Amino acid sequence: MRITQGTFSYLPDFTDDDIKAQVQYCLDNDWPISIEYTDDPHPRNVYWDLWDLPMFDMKDPAAVMFELNRCREAFPNHYVRVNGYDRRFGRQTTALSFIVQRPKEEPGFRVERQEFEDRVVKYTIHAYATDRPEGMRYES
Amino acid sequence: MSLEEVTVEKTSIDLDEVYRESNIQPILDELDRDLVGLAPVKTRIREIASLLLIARLREQSGLSTERPTLHMCFTGRPGTGKTTVAVRMAKILHHLRYVRKGHLVVATRDDLVGQYVGHTAPKTKEIVKKAMGGVLFIDEAYYLYRPENERDYGQEAIEMLLQVMENQRDDLVVILAGYKERMDTFFQSNPGFRSRIAHHIDFPDFSLNELMEIAELMLSQQMYSFDDESRKVFAEYLALRVQQPLFANARSVRNAIDRAKLRQAGRLIRQGGVVSREELARIDADDIRQSRVFQGGITTADSNPANETPGRLLS
Repeated sequence: MRITQGTFSYLPDFTDDDIKAQVQYCLDNDWPISIEYTDDPHPRNVYWDLWDLPMFDMKDPAAVMFELNRCREAFPNHYVRVNGYDRRFGRQTTALSFIVQRPKEEPGFRVERQEFEDRVVKYTIHAYATDRPEGMRYES
Repeated sequence: MSLEEVTVEKTSIDLDEVYRESNIQPILDELDRDLVGLAPVKTRIREIASLLLIARLREQSGLSTERPTLHMCFTGRPGTGKTTVAVRMAKILHHLRYVRKGHLVVATRDDLVGQYVGHTAPKTKEIVKKAMGGVLFIDEAYYLYRPENERDYGQEAIEMLLQVMENQRDDLVVILAGYKERMDTFFQSNPGFRSRIAHHIDFPDFSLNELMEIAELMLSQQMYSFDDESRKVFAEYLALRVQQPLFANARSVRNAIDRAKLRQAGRLIRQGGVVSREELARIDADDIRQSRVFQGGITTADSNPANETPGRLLS
């Protein structure tokens, strides 16, 4: 099951040129870029691990691609996303965040029903991938 | 017609038109106008610009796809305009679309080499990333290599730079700068650098006349002027200054002018009363004559080398 989180997630996967164009848009808006990765696809898992350092003062998307490629090399089977942070006073939030790499196979989620008193049922979702320990979740 | 529209199908290309479209002529003209002297440097820059333009056209005509090596080495004594030319070079490369952004990032050893194990790589990487899409200008590059200390972290920065110069050729251009002799020694001990650099440009020292011209240019830019006497005295000053230690060409001229302006201001305040517009703009002979250069001159011991230091070791 294809994870749809962040911007552009209903579009086909981005090529490097697409990513560069989006990064250029961030740089034009003076948004520092950061790269994050994770192997826990749960939608409430908002704090992914930061790759290297946030990138301030970059002029060209090539710098971001350089780091992104290093990250892809280190975590070939993780989710990787690129964030653009708008630091302007009054906003100070992530302005753009999109997935640039996903595992080859995404097993998806199962629904879990928890029986409660008075016939109440509580629902939750559970990612199949998280059954395995961190770092080994998407290895085949 | 832009450079990109010159398509492969075309068998002939109007060179004049492409040249005009590339917009490098104004930059070259500006280079000629703003920089006094440096004739050999200007010729080389023109040659390189033509070479790059032709290479671009060849590529578009399907003749060769190999991107020319663009890394350069500027050698010359302090104050001969290396940084200024590097800024122009970045613009030229940008107009010819060899770099995407055309900005210049100036770095020295301090910016590249870390202080403890594991500090160098991220530091170098950070600077390299900032320079991507533009030009990385490494001033006094030979300080990166310290043969006397085999555990010096400079070597790590050098290796990283070499790797970047090879693998990220499309993303940035590296210009190394420094004294000619030391640069030569540096290349001897780091042959990898020499082979990756295509253009070596040597910046000659300025002649006295050129220095005088530079002084006049600087003054007119700041809306000051010499009168006949002070012009003569300044020429004498330069003749003496050139022979004294720590002479840094155009930079020394600028400092001398700054000090003359200081003395002029002091003189005007002391004098008080009504001051004419012409007096505010004029540098008097006395403002220059008070310089230490005329009183036996600057010695290394008591001078203030803040801006004139030819090498880091002396600062």
